[in-house]
Amino acid sequence: MTPGKRYLMSALGLASFLLLWEAIAQSGMMAAHLLPPPSTLPATLLSEIRLGIWQEMVWASLSHYTVGLVLGSFFGVTLGVSVALFPRVEASQAWLARVFRPIPPLAWIPFAIIWFGISETAAAFIISIGIFWINYFTAMTAVQAVDKDLIEVARAFGHRSLYDLLRKVILPGAAPGILSGLRAGLGQGWMTVVAAELFGIPGIGQRMIEASGLLASEVVVLYMFSIALLYGISDYLFVRVQSKLLEWQR
Amino acid sequence: MATVIHTEELAVSFDGITPVFEGLNLAIEKGEFVTLVGVSGAGKSTLLRVIADLIPAFRGTVRVDTPHDPTRRNIAMVFQAANLMPWRRVRDNITLGLEGLEVTEQLKQERVRWTLDLVGLDAYADRWPYQLSGGQRQRIGIARGLAVDPDILLMDEPFGALDAITRNTLQDELLRIWKETGKSILFVTHDIEEAVYLGDRVLLLGDTPAHIINEYSVDIDRAERRESEAFLREVDKVRAGLQAAIDGAAGDA
Repeated sequence: MTPGKRYLMSALGLASFLLLWEAIAQSGMMAAHLLPPPSTLPATLLSEIRLGIWQEMVWASLSHYTVGLVLGSFFGVTLGVSVALFPRVEASQAWLARVFRPIPPLAWIPFAIIWFGISETAAAFIISIGIFWINYFTAMTAVQAVDKDLIEVARAFGHRSLYDLLRKVILPGAAPGILSGLRAGLGQGWMTVVAAELFGIPGIGQRMIEASGLLASEVVVLYMFSIALLYGISDYLFVRVQSKLLEWQR
Repeated sequence: MATVIHTEELAVSFDGITPVFEGLNLAIEKGEFVTLVGVSGAGKSTLLRVIADLIPAFRGTVRVDTPHDPTRRNIAMVFQAANLMPWRRVRDNITLGLEGLEVTEQLKQERVRWTLDLVGLDAYADRWPYQLSGGQRQRIGIARGLAVDPDILLMDEPFGALDAITRNTLQDELLRIWKETGKSILFVTHDIEEAVYLGDRVLLLGDTPAHIINEYSVDIDRAERRESEAFLREVDKVRAGLQAAIDGAAGDA
């Protein structure tokens, strides 16, 4: 299949889905608040933007998301790399990770509220947890998988300190793995952002709950697609940076 | 002539109990090309690594005696697999060993040009390793070793993975580079013809625990080595020595 044809087929798939949905919604088989037709979305978006709500909610969610993403990624990568480098750190974390990793980010909501109140910090905290674990494990695996022969080469050419080895071999060698972890975290963050806001922290999630209470289901759908759009944009930008950084790969 | 590598009663052990080789005495003169063949598992690569200070000696000593120069490294190593850093362009792979030395950017780029010229890959400075063939990668591995302008070049079966024609070409290039630069070379190979073709001396490593069990001086003009009777006789002699060592090891077991 040519890229052009593939593109066309993908667009066709999405378009048929929307058409089918529109047809069912218009047929009267289901009440409008149960299945709002997609044709109402542009008008809904315009009215939310005119009221200033869309910008405010998206901005609020983006800020929780960004803070959670930066914190979770930073600590995840840093600790993951350390664990892979030092056997003692690796040994001391083994059971800890086994206990804490299976706890889903949303299970931290009660403690997030107890510690931080209903606040932006609480949302960022919850978002950061899922991102942390993804980066922790991918960074650890990526560093462990760095080619030992290349480390020997670096040592043979005079780069013997841990700092030099990190700079010259370990981090560049682990970069593909670390970057794919960061990308997965980027997605995981959007998954939790809504849930983290459901309990009243301003943002897309809060607006969705509010709208569903008023049976304004077209508003709910609008924000569902807004998340998809935000995720699409951030992933696209990340992949561009990633492919620039990994230009050396086949 | 000055001795550049000197080992005395050298032993290396990975488990701290059984030595890979033991009582190994070796002296390599400045400008000498010494090849090393031996029973597999006798520790040929290990010997290079202990000389390069990549692994510690278990017993005995290694002395490397070369003048100190902050713009050069005294030892460089060429590996069996080229082991280029895939995230560095050819140019930056070559300068790997220069980082941390007191060399200017200008001198670095001169070394890149010089070594690429020596290995015949002038046009490849800005390529990524994945864009090179196996033979080209191996040449860049050699260029990386030469770029630090070492007094001693340790080579661990550098041509082992190449096809026969590329191997012959690179052997001749290596001889040319060696003559031009006057470096001391210790070259490990499992190919006896290669060992006799390249070396001033061929050392034979064998026995358990291994040590140097025999040494052959190759007194044949290099221009006549490929085909001459004398060359083939010398190859047969080394082969017989190696065969005896293998049989001996089998007898021990």
